[in-house]
Amino acid sequence: MPITVAGKTVETDEEGYLANRTDWSEEIAKEMAKVDNCDLSQNHWEVINFLRQYYDEYQIAPAVRVLTKAIGKKLGPDKGNSKYLYELFPYGPAKQACKYAGLPKPTGCV
Amino acid sequence: MTEATGGIEMEEGVGGKVKKFLYVNRKAPYGTIYALESLEVVLIAAAFDQDVSLAFLDDGVYQIVKGQHTKPIDVKNFSPAYRALEGYDIEKLFVEKESMEARGLKEEDFIVPVKVIGTQEMTDLMQSQDVILSF
Repeated sequence: MPITVAGKTVETDEEGYLANRTDWSEEIAKEMAKVDNCDLSQNHWEVINFLRQYYDEYQIAPAVRVLTKAIGKKLGPDKGNSKYLYELFPYGPAKQACKYAGLPKPTGCV
Repeated sequence: MTEATGGIEMEEGVGGKVKKFLYVNRKAPYGTIYALESLEVVLIAAAFDQDVSLAFLDDGVYQIVKGQHTKPIDVKNFSPAYRALEGYDIEKLFVEKESMEARGLKEEDFIVPVKVIGTQEMTDLMQSQDVILSF
């Protein structure tokens, strides 16, 4: 289902992940979140930006376990745990946050 | 709830005994899908908390060579993903010395820390495994 933001339409796959990662913008992330009834807070952005950096460095979207551990390392144990991340992204931190970050679905996510 | 399963409840003991898995990579990174598929299987299977090792032999040593430029062949350079393996707790990477040397490569040419071992040690490593997946 294509997403239209500010007159520009971008392609996504059938699950809503961006077809082309370079199409990403903060506005697109906000629009995707709006569809899920999710209001993006500073805490959401922290995870989204982290994922974008992770992808730039490793060219993969991390598995949830790896994301949790890496977030813990970078932002502290208050944030590097499943409870915190699932509260932010109830559809699954890796899946949902990766979508907003414009990344492909994490490897191994069905 | 355990971190390893990403918050999914699992019954105690269902996982069974930890097995030794060896992924054997023998093909060049591009031109066939083997290298990428192997890497994806490794990343997916990492969720099962087994004892995982990776071996690179023959042209497979090229998979982890530094400075891959794939633009001209119009495929994604997925080699940075090997550096993510550490975060998946996969840290046992072996390169066969003879394969490496036959291709004029040195240990410093790899993008990840590896242990270079000879054919005999590689044979021993393979014999010590419970499961070998060859790509």
